[in-house]
Amino acid sequence: MDEKNKNWEPKILAFLCSWCSYAGADLAGVSRLQYPPNIRIIKVPCSGRINPVYIIKALQEGWDGVFVSGCHPGDCHYLTGNYYARRRFAVLDSLLDYIGIEKGRVHFSWISAGEGEIFAETVKKITEEVRRLGPATILVKP
Amino acid sequence: MDLETKLRETARALLEKKEVDTVIGYEKDDMPLRMVPCFISKPEDVGRLVWNPLCENNLTKYLVKRAEKTAVIAKSCDVKSIIVLINEKQIKRDKIIIIGMPCNGVIDRQKIHNYLDNEEINEAEIGDNIIKIKCDDFIKDLKISDFIHKSCLECQQRNPVLFDIFIGNKAVEIESGDEYAEIKELENKTAQERWEYFKKELSKCNRCYACRQACPLCYCKSCFVDQNFPAWFGKGTEISDTISFHLLRALHTTGRCVDCAACERACPQNIKLRMLTKKIEKDIKELFGSEAGLEIGEATPLTSFDENDPQEFIV
Repeated sequence: MDEKNKNWEPKILAFLCSWCSYAGADLAGVSRLQYPPNIRIIKVPCSGRINPVYIIKALQEGWDGVFVSGCHPGDCHYLTGNYYARRRFAVLDSLLDYIGIEKGRVHFSWISAGEGEIFAETVKKITEEVRRLGPATILVKP
Repeated sequence: MDLETKLRETARALLEKKEVDTVIGYEKDDMPLRMVPCFISKPEDVGRLVWNPLCENNLTKYLVKRAEKTAVIAKSCDVKSIIVLINEKQIKRDKIIIIGMPCNGVIDRQKIHNYLDNEEINEAEIGDNIIKIKCDDFIKDLKISDFIHKSCLECQQRNPVLFDIFIGNKAVEIESGDEYAEIKELENKTAQERWEYFKKELSKCNRCYACRQACPLCYCKSCFVDQNFPAWFGKGTEISDTISFHLLRALHTTGRCVDCAACERACPQNIKLRMLTKKIEKDIKELFGSEAGLEIGEATPLTSFDENDPQEFIV
């Protein structure tokens, strides 16, 4: 790692659905669970609201990682939003891997409002994985 | 009677009986090796219609939101895209008459230019199996089967799945080998190599959007790449903008692309755009077992779901 990156900390953009994962993050907070401060959260109405363009744009803008989370399948507030999201993410995940973006930059998970502990654990795991990969270089706009 | 004469007779009959207002087909262009779309609305004009392996455009594009009754000349891949657009409610089935054609593949003009070392072609005369090329210094007879477009060599279906009128005899289906061979080869390389490949390939792009204009699926009134508020991606030829554009365009064809290769043939820089769209087609087949453009009424994979869809990628 060069001089510039000596104090580098991963920056991870998180898209959390407002009904489950965002509430899960809230629970982690009020339960005073410790997790790395590397994520910046954007609250979205539903994981089905997340357009692949957001994820590609985030990578292009130089975010080191992207984390997307919604309700468990079957628990969607809008009944089926996350089923559609799951298909979209499956294709996107495979395509990003195919064009050469390292596995481990973009993460998808299901976290419910009651899973504060799992939220903290997942963020820890993702932060470590992105830290291991180092600063993002692929697809980043100079 | 050869196919071309039969086609003209069919078009004349349709126009004379007033069954359709327009026949969309191909006519000869002033440029050698070029056939261009044409719109025939008078019976006496049917002589302009041609049919040969240079008829490469996907005419489905012109059917979108068309009010008058139209007949269209369609190869097997064009018919698949018509089916996709009928399913997406962009074309009304009762507003069109599909004139299905047997197809043994269209010519890749670039292959001919490469073969002739980019020598300027003055005239090209197309026969049954031979194309006669006249340049300044020489005349050459080329075998058409040597210059067929790559997508046609991989084609699994040479006869249209849906038509109202079929011209000529059914084309012979041939075993085309593994259509995903090139993609599998790339998949087996390292992430770094794949990134280098796409960087090199897509750095040729000058953002003319010919691929989008040629694609029958790109009928959005306002394309994401033209939007200014927010401006999703830069408009210049900066490589990350270009790659993002092509990724998103490919993603928008998910489960809809019928691999007609109109994008690739329209590309002035000869970028292998099918390396992206075909990869998604392969994934869709493996993940959800669906294939685009085979049946009227089928749901596209991204507008439907199954509770037991694969989710190994979820942490």
